[in-house]
Amino acid sequence: MELFHRFADFQMDVLKEVGNIGAGHAATALSKLLDKPVDMLVPKVRMVEFEEIADSVGGAEQVVIAIFLRVEGETPGNLFFILTLDSAKKLLRNLVGIEVVDDEHYSEMEISALNEIGNILAGSYLSSLADFTQLYMSPTVPSLAMDMAGAILSYGLLQFGQMGDHALLIDTKFLDGNEEVEGHFFLIPDPESFDKIFAALGVGDA
Amino acid sequence: MIQDQYIKVGMADLNVAHLTGVLKTTGLGSCVGLTLYDSKAKVAGMAHVMLPNSEIAREGSLNIAKYADTAIPELVRRMESLGAFVRRMEAKMAGGAQMFAFAGNSDTMRIGPRNVESCKDMLERYGIPLRAEDTGGSYGRTVEFDCDNGILLIRSVQQGVKEL
Repeated sequence: MELFHRFADFQMDVLKEVGNIGAGHAATALSKLLDKPVDMLVPKVRMVEFEEIADSVGGAEQVVIAIFLRVEGETPGNLFFILTLDSAKKLLRNLVGIEVVDDEHYSEMEISALNEIGNILAGSYLSSLADFTQLYMSPTVPSLAMDMAGAILSYGLLQFGQMGDHALLIDTKFLDGNEEVEGHFFLIPDPESFDKIFAALGVGDA
Repeated sequence: MIQDQYIKVGMADLNVAHLTGVLKTTGLGSCVGLTLYDSKAKVAGMAHVMLPNSEIAREGSLNIAKYADTAIPELVRRMESLGAFVRRMEAKMAGGAQMFAFAGNSDTMRIGPRNVESCKDMLERYGIPLRAEDTGGSYGRTVEFDCDNGILLIRSVQQGVKEL
């Protein structure tokens, strides 16, 4: 896709840093909630084909729990916080003392708790990003879905769909100290947001 | 069903099969999986439609499988080249869900229903009857379309398996 061919290595590094800062703050928030250390992997910034978008969370048919926020403001985009079913259960147990008995169905209370966790984490991701870039970003109310990863993530591709068959994905994976809880942050900025992010961080191609 | 008989249809992709084979597309959310079938010629086609209308396209080289208004004509054309006739074709579709519920009702959020509407418009234009559909809702679907008998199998996390 032509739009992204001109991205230089240092610009990709900047996007990596964007993922790092956002997820770093979110991981800190999670660590405080859990009262446990949380490790974070170096973010991956990749141009992915639509087909491959779900690969890092286990493929298109893998059932996951996702909290989705649409980011509005100067740099619109889509933010997903994705947990495996197993991790969601452990989070619920560790955090609010809810034992999930039924794998298939989550009660209203469980969904509500997950929503709130997602909200806190995604909120800290975004607000740190907004501070860092001095750009105005406003998240929509988060929305939770438990479904196939492909069905969920394709939602974040619609803005890219009009431009081509690839999307730029900033993927940050984190694990708690005992590697019990594994989660992913997917930030998919809209195509027109990149110039603003780069300009704000002083790597625009002016 | 033997695994290697699957013919994969990716996101914003289309494919056809003749006599045997199972067309499969995974993880339909707001996208629509549309199938056409000519039972006499045993020609099946499936498109994984992502967006309703190619007018909004801003890409250099248009991926015609992505948009409802361009994918269906292409699917018909490719099936006809395998011996199918458009007047014998019957359609089925699944998908077009609204994965996330938001208070706002912007166009992007309604993309699922709009994909479904656009597919129906195109079918009408070709005079292809829609035999069955499993659209809407707020859940993802994986669909398999058997070229041998024209049965559309729909799997979803919450609703289990459904046959159309």
